[in-house]
Amino acid sequence: MPNMNPKKLPAREQAPDVRNKNFDEVSQGYDEAMAMEEASRCLNCKHKPCVSGCPVNVRIPEFVQLVAAGKFMEAYEVITSTNGLPAICGRVCPQETQCESKCVRGIKGEPVGIGRLERFVADYAMSHGAKSAEPAAPNGKRVAIVGSGPAGLTCAGDLKKLGYDVTVFEALHTPGGVLVYGIPEFRLPKKLVRREISTLEAMGVKIETNMVIGRCISLDELLSDEGFDAVFVGSGAGLPRFQGIPGENLNGVYSANEFLTRINLMKAYSFPETDTPVQVGNAVAVVGGGNVAMDAARCAKRLGAEHVYIVYRRSEAEMPARVEEVHHAKEEGIVFKMLTNPTEILGDENGHVAGMTCVEMELGEPDASGRRRPVVKQGSEHNLDVQTVVIAIGNSPNPLIKNTTPGLDTQKWGGIIADEETGKTSKPFVYAGGDAVTGAATVILAMGAGKKAAAAIHAELSAK
Amino acid sequence: MYEIVKKRALHDTVTLMEVHAPAVARKAKPGQFIILRIDENGERIPLTIAGSDREKGTITIIFQKVGYTTKRLDFLNEGDSILDFVGPLGVASEFEGMKKVAVIGGGLGVAIAYPQAKALHDLGAEVDVIVGFRNTGLMILMDELRDASTNLFVMTDDGSNGHKGFVTNALEEQLKAGVQYDHVIAIGPLMMMKNVCNLTKEYNIPTIISMNPIMIDGTGMCGCCRVTVGGEMKFACVDGPDFDGHQVDWDEAIARGRMYRKEEQESMERHVCNLTGGVR
Repeated sequence: MPNMNPKKLPAREQAPDVRNKNFDEVSQGYDEAMAMEEASRCLNCKHKPCVSGCPVNVRIPEFVQLVAAGKFMEAYEVITSTNGLPAICGRVCPQETQCESKCVRGIKGEPVGIGRLERFVADYAMSHGAKSAEPAAPNGKRVAIVGSGPAGLTCAGDLKKLGYDVTVFEALHTPGGVLVYGIPEFRLPKKLVRREISTLEAMGVKIETNMVIGRCISLDELLSDEGFDAVFVGSGAGLPRFQGIPGENLNGVYSANEFLTRINLMKAYSFPETDTPVQVGNAVAVVGGGNVAMDAARCAKRLGAEHVYIVYRRSEAEMPARVEEVHHAKEEGIVFKMLTNPTEILGDENGHVAGMTCVEMELGEPDASGRRRPVVKQGSEHNLDVQTVVIAIGNSPNPLIKNTTPGLDTQKWGGIIADEETGKTSKPFVYAGGDAVTGAATVILAMGAGKKAAAAIHAELSAK
Repeated sequence: MYEIVKKRALHDTVTLMEVHAPAVARKAKPGQFIILRIDENGERIPLTIAGSDREKGTITIIFQKVGYTTKRLDFLNEGDSILDFVGPLGVASEFEGMKKVAVIGGGLGVAIAYPQAKALHDLGAEVDVIVGFRNTGLMILMDELRDASTNLFVMTDDGSNGHKGFVTNALEEQLKAGVQYDHVIAIGPLMMMKNVCNLTKEYNIPTIISMNPIMIDGTGMCGCCRVTVGGEMKFACVDGPDFDGHQVDWDEAIARGRMYRKEEQESMERHVCNLTGGVR
């Protein structure tokens, strides 16, 4: 008999006023008994609606049933047969809009905690000596992957399993892309990312860091001189957008990318033990309403800022951030200033941030995105007393590949044009996926794109 | 790991290193830069490429021991390795249409002006090189500069070489004497580049400068290196580092260069042992 408790079993968490002073992981997940209890809430529906909500089609009811039966290692094998990065997905996927949104248990209560169960299984398997899958015998064909973020790593893993010789080129000194420079330690511990990547390396995926494709080697040269049969571009959405308001080049203004990179990749939270500094004033404004904005705000709080504001021009209902992240941020003392839009960042005589002028907004008619358009409220101009401003309003795709690859068609806004089902671009044997194609989206959508491209590359190269 | 195959002190505070980095050397062109990280806890710093040798697979960097990381870099010797060394980054310099050029370098900037002068000289352009140092003891690359120039003018702040003044004084003298340059290239401290640009603006001479701001990734991802050029926001790492000097917002660039001065001092004081072996 399934467990008919309408509520999802909460995971163990650090208390808000403790965790907002450290970078340790917020959630401690389930233990074995908790996992079995939560898994027993699954009805094992025949039509499996949850699977259709997963961009990489994890066989959810199957693995959940195994968890309920205490067969955790077998559950891990089911998950990893379609998902190469379960410990990461279990933590950062927006399950509430994907698998869990389709769960039948969600109709009259809360859905099964699929994400928490996936995370539990991955962590359990890793600490109990899970082995990486045996790749197929080498087929003699070589594929280059540009970028070692979620799209690239997924594509690499799938192709390696099929017997390809796979090399991943990473521009930074550490592989992982946004998983290491963007998402903070307290949401996704870096040792876990390293472990997932070493699983791929143990399978035979080669990773070359400090290699900027487009500069060290052009994309064309990968195919013509370096002997690769196909290339997958997963170079991410790495070009921060700014608002275009006065004062954005003052000292103390960061793009979210820079702020998070200094903290996560360069470990500025340990400065001066580590050499990269970051400046966080007593009051910090983070402009934007997505997950990146939540990450930046929560980092600022942990680095000692007394007042941290999320400044967002629409209302909370329109915020793209996950509900869980908003909830965590509020618990940690982040102040949400909704329907507020900055118009100017003010500087002192040394060129450092000394405040931010904002206006209040009200919601008007829906715009092209279907969200109600914010309009300025007359006479609402006011000053926000801050010393640091983090701009988290999104990224454009990185232009390096586009600018150095003739014949690669891109959208006007810079995204690489690629077929949605296959990742095929305008250039023969060149595939692309993830944020480089879609603009900033989620880890799991990038992984889904990497997966589809791997299948398409396999189809094209085996027909060759 | 990237091995240091050659190290030479150019004088007390400036060091030249050749680093084995074949993937960088294969593509490096004048005007481009590298980013290095000494060790696991190190920061990423950009350094302009001062030379490259494809056969040997080496990149030459020349740096001044001013900051914490450059001081630590100078503790490494031939045979030691640097953990990370990535490049070539940035857009290579354009020399198209340059026939008679003044290449101006100040201080350490001379190390970067030299490959520009050499490239132009090799392309057959007439190259007047104007360089400035605080005093004769700080001069670098004098033989190389002589070989790469049509005329070489050397200025010192204290007049210790008999030519007291700034590079702008020497440039103005040439301009007043009626020398017609089609382009000026200026590389050095921000204040020097600003002053050169103010002068060449009066004479309406297109002037290319090279920015060297604080960077992290060097591929456009972080936006730390932003600079205002012609009223627009540019990223020095992917849009530059060369820009039209008459369009650069110099005062903003100068302020941005000072952002981490306090933290830099903190690093140096805290890690005095790493830097001096414990001697204050």
